[in-house]
Amino acid sequence: MATATLTATNKASLLSSTTVIARRTFLKFIRTPQLVVVGTVQGAMFLLIFRYVFGGAIRAGGVSYVNFLVPGFITTGIIWQGMMSAGGVAEDLDQGFFDRLRSLPIPRAAVLTGRALADSGTQLWGLTIMTIIGFAIGFRLGGSVANGIFAFALIVVFSFAFEWVFITLGLYAGNAQAAQGMSLMLIPFTFVSSAFVPVKSMPGALQAVAAHQPVTYMVDAVRTLVLGSNSAAALGHTSGYYVVRALLWSAGLVVVFGTIAVNRYRKG
Amino acid sequence: MTATIEASGVVKRFGKTVALNGLDLVAQHGEILAVLGPNGAGKTTFVRSVATLIRPDEGTLRVFGHDVLEDPGAVRQTIGLAGQFAAIEPAMTGRENLEMVARLFGQSKRDARASSTKVLEQMGLSDAADRLSRTYSGGMRRKLDLGASLVGSPKLLLLDEPTTGLDPQSRIDLWDAIRSLVDQGTDVLLTTQYLDEADRLASHMVVINHGKAIAAGTPAELKESAGRSVIEVAVRERDDLAQVAKVLAQVPGSEPQIDESTRRVTLSVEGGMELLRDALKYLESLDIVLDDVALRQPKLDEVFLALTGQALDEEEEPKARKGHGAA
Repeated sequence: MATATLTATNKASLLSSTTVIARRTFLKFIRTPQLVVVGTVQGAMFLLIFRYVFGGAIRAGGVSYVNFLVPGFITTGIIWQGMMSAGGVAEDLDQGFFDRLRSLPIPRAAVLTGRALADSGTQLWGLTIMTIIGFAIGFRLGGSVANGIFAFALIVVFSFAFEWVFITLGLYAGNAQAAQGMSLMLIPFTFVSSAFVPVKSMPGALQAVAAHQPVTYMVDAVRTLVLGSNSAAALGHTSGYYVVRALLWSAGLVVVFGTIAVNRYRKG
Repeated sequence: MTATIEASGVVKRFGKTVALNGLDLVAQHGEILAVLGPNGAGKTTFVRSVATLIRPDEGTLRVFGHDVLEDPGAVRQTIGLAGQFAAIEPAMTGRENLEMVARLFGQSKRDARASSTKVLEQMGLSDAADRLSRTYSGGMRRKLDLGASLVGSPKLLLLDEPTTGLDPQSRIDLWDAIRSLVDQGTDVLLTTQYLDEADRLASHMVVINHGKAIAAGTPAELKESAGRSVIEVAVRERDDLAQVAKVLAQVPGSEPQIDESTRRVTLSVEGGMELLRDALKYLESLDIVLDDVALRQPKLDEVFLALTGQALDEEEEPKARKGHGAA
């Protein structure tokens, strides 16, 4: 053990420890083909079901349903995919992996930040596949390509924000199954939103909830960016209006759930 | 010289459960200290407190002079922890696992590679180093986990029931690995429920029960307090137990204990073979069928009985939180 005994004051920096932790989560994802394949197949299946089974019966206002659906579906995909993070965090806690990490001289925020970054990074895979399928089933950009790319980047930011919600759930759940169960409680947010149907088609009270919850702002930000100015008019506001609000919500989620999660992790 | 671990009056409660109830303990440099006790005695809670994973409610706990409450960061730089679960990433190779922990200890990529290679060799895992650790056997996983606790070159290694659930050969291998570490100057604190494990590995032992230290000393000292050996007689018919106990009372030693469920009579004695011979002579005079007669080392529960005058009770471990063993 002589090689490293000299490191009496060894301490990994926030950046390097976050990177090391993120790398582990990332490797776990790409080396567990079940995770990759099942997630992708599920996503594709539901996208096709919405497009071809429900699609015919839903009127999306001024745009075709496929153009309405694809941005909403891809944006809410971050919540479906995020459920895996809750399970993963609960498992790390339950199986002693966090004990090891908490006994190491690394900044307390590094472990969870690394996890959040890696998980939103791995979501890029699903995001890309869904985007490709979206185009294959008839979705077309109504705005500029640059706006399309900006929308894509926004979804990654939203997924990072929601990661903190799932990490918090995972830390409180105790085991992976409970974590999955608790995560399901977030699913209504995807349906009671503008993702799959226009909010205006909902009854009054529900409409009020749907219109003001974060998923709707995120979906509308993405949708107005990819569909262009015409559809922005249809939704009532410019894309800037939605983007700002969606980003504020994201920041809020990171601050609130990030604080809760890191505190919980610190206490163990 | 600063003690490796110095605990005085450490109290830790989980709700209404008192896991540590004024624990006093000192581990000196150069020692392998075994904390021995039944389930629920507070062993894991103590290790987790030393590892700064949980904060004691009362008392003081210092590791190399650093207070675990005031300066947990300094404590973390001196320790390596291997808990009851193998805390390794199955989707990474053995080498990647070790390099990850080494990097988290602040080592550069080069140093991390070098120290991982060295630890893999030490643990006898060089051949499997580049295989995903999910293909490892249980024993290999434990070794890798032990390796991960070493790769940062800790001054103090914390091992919580390191061999629980391992097959006998893997246990012996792991014992060898732990012993070789100590030869290189690492201090070790380990918990165990097995007297033989403490006996083989430890230079000092502390027996704890209900969150308190009830005895401390070298393994030899503690075993002596329970008598050096145990004579054990198993009978075929339960009705014969009383009679056997009666004749065995003539052998100099402790009061013979009857265990109805296993149909055994045991007593601890100071001597060895000659006392066994006496015992056999007395038994021959009886006309009863014996299944087994043995002279053996005392077991933990017998040491316990001798130390506490109470049988060892097997309580459930208190839980620090859902799904997480803590005692």
